[in-house]
Amino acid sequence: MTARKPLGGEVLSKPFKILLAVALVGLLFIGKRFLFGIGSVSGMNDGYPWGIWIALDVVVGTAFACGGYSLAFLIYVFKKGEYSPLLRPALLTSLFGYTLAGFSVLVDLGRYWQAYNIVLPRYSNLHSVMFEVALCIACYVLVLWIEVTPAFLERFNKTELQARLNRVLFFFVAMGLLLPSMHQSSLGTLILMAGYKLSPLWRTGFLPMLFLLSAITMGYAVVIVESCFSSVGFRRPLEKELLEKISSFMPWVLLFYLLVRIEDVNLRGYLPLAFAGDSKGNLFLLENILLGLPMLLLFSPAYRKRRMILFLAAFSIMLGGALYRFNTYITGFDPGNGWHYFPTGPEIMVTFGFLAMELLGYLWLVRKLPILADLSRPARAGG
Amino acid sequence: MRIGRRDFLKMTATGGLALACAPTLAQGRPHHDLPPAAVGILYDATLCVGCQACMVACKQANEMEVEPGQGEPLWDAPRDLSARTLNIIKRYENGDGAVKDRAENGYSFVKRHCMHCLDPACVSACPVSALTKDPASGIVGYNEKACIGCRYCQVACPYNIPKFQWDSTTPKIVKCQLCSHLVAKGGISACCKVCPTGASLFGPVEGLLAEAKRRLHMEEGKSYDFPVASLASGQVQSHRAGRYLEHIYGENEAGGSQVLLLSGVPFTSLGLPELPEQSFVEVADGIQYAIYKGMVYPLVLLGGLIYIIRKRVSTTGPAQSGGEEGV
Repeated sequence: MTARKPLGGEVLSKPFKILLAVALVGLLFIGKRFLFGIGSVSGMNDGYPWGIWIALDVVVGTAFACGGYSLAFLIYVFKKGEYSPLLRPALLTSLFGYTLAGFSVLVDLGRYWQAYNIVLPRYSNLHSVMFEVALCIACYVLVLWIEVTPAFLERFNKTELQARLNRVLFFFVAMGLLLPSMHQSSLGTLILMAGYKLSPLWRTGFLPMLFLLSAITMGYAVVIVESCFSSVGFRRPLEKELLEKISSFMPWVLLFYLLVRIEDVNLRGYLPLAFAGDSKGNLFLLENILLGLPMLLLFSPAYRKRRMILFLAAFSIMLGGALYRFNTYITGFDPGNGWHYFPTGPEIMVTFGFLAMELLGYLWLVRKLPILADLSRPARAGG
Repeated sequence: MRIGRRDFLKMTATGGLALACAPTLAQGRPHHDLPPAAVGILYDATLCVGCQACMVACKQANEMEVEPGQGEPLWDAPRDLSARTLNIIKRYENGDGAVKDRAENGYSFVKRHCMHCLDPACVSACPVSALTKDPASGIVGYNEKACIGCRYCQVACPYNIPKFQWDSTTPKIVKCQLCSHLVAKGGISACCKVCPTGASLFGPVEGLLAEAKRRLHMEEGKSYDFPVASLASGQVQSHRAGRYLEHIYGENEAGGSQVLLLSGVPFTSLGLPELPEQSFVEVADGIQYAIYKGMVYPLVLLGGLIYIIRKRVSTTGPAQSGGEEGV
């Protein structure tokens, strides 16, 4: 089994303090939003009713938080137990990513105090994609908290409780695989309803599949980037062979994604739009280059062995996937009638604030809870 | 033997996933027909004189605030539909703007408000049924007690109709509800009631459609009787028939709507979107239905996952799979 131990060390490091300051500024503007309305903080308008709080914090944020989901898939469905040292840190990132996406939704909801209406049978609209996404994400946040509970129980030596939880954990692991498959694809279906407002470069019946694939690839990429960061930041050895192995099949997923993505636009006859030279066309190209380049790099076994290339490739996949999702929700979206949207400073600070809170939570818990694999032992378990 | 079964299950699980993403359209989603007592508005731009009486009446009937334009706030002068304006008359002008209802060197008015679609995107989008289509009248209404303010209706509406109170701490979605409070008491929409020329005409949608078709058969320049206020009002006015485009906007757009428009100027010039007959709701919902109908695929997938994961625990044990007891 994988041995894990709390990282220990000083919590109030310098980066921690900076993040704390950013989080506080974010909270300040969140307070303003609740006192004076969304319009007092955000640049959203009736043409662009969704801004970065949805597009970045939820649509991109939850995909970044798919590391736990992607790894769990490998470990449990494809029986790759050797990846389990990476799972707990990935689940922790997922936990914060999703939990804060949930909070971001509450900040974004105009009538947040009625949010529970979603689960009241007299109001629930089972035909609404939004209903499914909301319910799935809410359930998944709960599942994630249950999935990381063993770390808390280990820390406080609640062995009996732990044994009891282990007996039912399989159900939550299964839910942890099902729910993201559902809502990550539905995030694609969600924007399909925008119809002509969404540029044909992004509007396709394949949106659910492309969104699911992008969530999976972004999930793996985040695992790699996160491992690199904690290796440098916490001065630990890198789980190098594992990362190398994960990266060996990533280019295949990317290849499949890009084939579907580009051939779909081509078959519908809209590929010339990509070369129109306007911002939409250029963003389409950029988005696919950011995914295509790392694919080419990672096909080479020699490059996969090089830490810097691995990191850059994974980072590029994160950016490319994020840009795909952002384009689908914001830049590829044009309601017509001369509407424009650009996030205001305070609006951006709210998003940064949430990001800072995520990182703070992660930094704090890896020091206090047995999350990261204990790499000081010579024989790493499971692999 | 066991390996074979496991692989089979693996395939079903991943196959289920692939299925869940395939862009197949369900055949099951029914087309939306006209509700039995569907009421609506026929707006005839060739009859409209741009007096904006309908806008004033709308504000009064719905107790909406005035929206002063630029400069001194003396009177209601909204630029477009907004959280304070449910109904607006806009003007199109081209070249010297000399002739009414002509696209070149002409001008035209257009009235914009909710179209009360037969297959409303907002209703389908709303997760909490705050927007509903009345089964009898077909009026698309809003319930603030249900609304959570997610604004998906705004994203979904092809006409950009629902508006949000951005500056309120208790914001609502605002849109034309066809004066359902007046219709419930046997009345008609305020905008139609005050329209002096019958450009805004209230009535049962079938009757309005027949009236619109009658107008398209009129000979330009000849005098005809035009009903005023509502089809049932009995009031008529005599006008010379204008030059109509052979197109009833709203008859087929996005699955059809209960508000219909006639004009002499192309509707796209008047700011109305060119929409396919199949609504975007139908496309999006078709995919959603295909994946989630009866929750069959998700449940099968969940069953498969539970089976696989339990098997992992019992056959390989935590020592090898290295995850179970600690995830």
